[in-house]
Amino acid sequence: MDDNLISVNNVSVNFDYQENFISKKQKIHAVNNINIKIKKGSFFGLVGESGSGKTTLGRAILGANKISSGNIIFHDDEKDYDLTNMSKHDLKEYRKKAQLIFQDPYAALSPRMTVRDIIAEPLEVMKITNSRQETDKRVRDIAAKCRLNIEHLRRFPHAFSGGQRQRISIARALVSNPKFIVADESVAALDVSIQADILNLLKQLQNELNLTYLFISHDLSVVAHVCDVVAVMYLGHIVEMGPSRELFKNPKHSYTKALLSSIPSIDPEKRSEAIELKGEIPSALNPPPGCVFRTRCPNPGVDCKGGEIKMGLTEVEPGHWVDQCCVI
Amino acid sequence: MSHLLEVKNLDVKFDTDEGRITAVENISLSVDQGKVLGIVGESGSGKSVTAKSIMKLNPGNTYYNKDAEIILDNENVLQFTSKQDLKKIRGGKVSMIFQEPMASFAPAIKIGAQMVEQLLIHKDINKDEAKSISINMLKRVGIADAEKRFNQYAFELSGGMRQRAMIAMALSTMPKLLLADEPTTALDVTIQAQVINLIKDIIKEYQMGVIFITHDLGVIAQVADHVAVMYLGSVVEKGPVNEILKNPKHPYTKGLLQALPDINNLDAPLSPIPGNIPSPLDRPSGCVFRTRCPHHNPEGKDGKIEMKLIEVESGHWVDQCGIKCGQNG
Repeated sequence: MDDNLISVNNVSVNFDYQENFISKKQKIHAVNNINIKIKKGSFFGLVGESGSGKTTLGRAILGANKISSGNIIFHDDEKDYDLTNMSKHDLKEYRKKAQLIFQDPYAALSPRMTVRDIIAEPLEVMKITNSRQETDKRVRDIAAKCRLNIEHLRRFPHAFSGGQRQRISIARALVSNPKFIVADESVAALDVSIQADILNLLKQLQNELNLTYLFISHDLSVVAHVCDVVAVMYLGHIVEMGPSRELFKNPKHSYTKALLSSIPSIDPEKRSEAIELKGEIPSALNPPPGCVFRTRCPNPGVDCKGGEIKMGLTEVEPGHWVDQCCVI
Repeated sequence: MSHLLEVKNLDVKFDTDEGRITAVENISLSVDQGKVLGIVGESGSGKSVTAKSIMKLNPGNTYYNKDAEIILDNENVLQFTSKQDLKKIRGGKVSMIFQEPMASFAPAIKIGAQMVEQLLIHKDINKDEAKSISINMLKRVGIADAEKRFNQYAFELSGGMRQRAMIAMALSTMPKLLLADEPTTALDVTIQAQVINLIKDIIKEYQMGVIFITHDLGVIAQVADHVAVMYLGSVVEKGPVNEILKNPKHPYTKGLLQALPDINNLDAPLSPIPGNIPSPLDRPSGCVFRTRCPHHNPEGKDGKIEMKLIEVESGHWVDQCGIKCGQNG
């Protein structure tokens, strides 16, 4: 398909784990059999609790984690990059096109570099620009787009507030002129007002620079606001995926329903309608067989309780996919 | 009726290399038995400093004003200086739950030992009694196999479990006042819902007063009876939770609500409050919010209006500059 930028096909990521040197080697099933297509120019949201595999999937798409099985294709204008089987040269090219914005703007910026050097570093490392003048010009351009003043460029990160630092991180990610950005919990550490500011900036940059985002977050109200398409992850699986309005208005999977009901309502008169999930997310070392959510499901059917229904998405409405265990 | 806790005209200042910083200015608050006071505000607004003042936990360079009073149970905490007196409050009459439970438990001491230790300090009981109180409390907060967890270290517990253990420890001395400083911020939403319900049940059961600090207005709506909105060390608006969230008067409160993504209203644009929170080193004179206030109120803009809370409706107090701005639109 032409209008997809990223296709993730049957991707699993496992990590080896050994508790101590005499115990037996085990596998952590971080991401299991994921299929997603990210359309060009879309704001794709990935939500889930900690330990659900969101970050691992995001890193796999950037080529920062090894994929255990399946493949990921990045459809550029001229050629397709297959991440599972990429030459060193291609990987370098791919790095220019896909970038990451981190969660914590305090940890992501080197305290010993000026803002100008921080933003210019990708250009120098990837040898994109040929002269200092050219580098400076690109740094100034992107800084202006991210609403940083020219005089800010001479300062060090400690002089900036959280929101400004996050804008510096964004400028650094965008300076190589990428097409695809993974924003991993990029607003989670910010105050609400600054969060709104950064979200607006990301949206605005998307229009100006034709960007495609993979937006990873645990905050459903943020995701509902900015994303076009949302996938809900639980224990390494996507349990529900669809256009964000449809998914949030009409959730089908019990996990999505529970997540949505857990968001504290701003209306003091609507207290505690939360579908309380018992217990906590099971370990990815030995996930329950069958539906992974069945150990916490508030209304499991007879079949899924026994773990007899395999994980797999079914399309319930055009574009809206739900794990089959909750459909039956 | 006398309040469980009453804070009157509190200023908190810190002496630093760059001069004396005002962290909190002229705050008055009260908490009643069995009620929850929510304090909201962005980082740097002085929420935690206010809470820590109640236990006199602020660092050595802290300066409190002379006419301030923090009356807890008819005693002025600010006048306590001896270790003996402070011990009575810290962990005794007042307990605190922190944001990061991993950082609040000692990593190399078993959870049970830490719970027993503080009980022995505050209560006149022996070790076995302390152990049974602790285990019962762990059971009460919903920890399965409490006996096993009692003998484990903090790192062996998951985030939600650790926060429950922290709550159990804070409650085991039966404090009259519980200070909860962002207790659910580090948790996932489903676990957050569990912890909020637990805290609500416990307040009902033990009838303690609670100060609940958070930056999340949604959480405030769920737990608090009264709310105080703080900005740069001052309370700009306070009142019953329904009033504040449904009928906010101060432009800062309104701004916070507009910046919050609401899942029930996806078409509303997210509007950030313009500008940055000023450094406490150059705190604006007059209305502290005037440098970022989107409404034009000429006198307030020049800093000519002093900060002062005025009661606009029964129990609903708003800073006087904010009222004028509210009238301007």
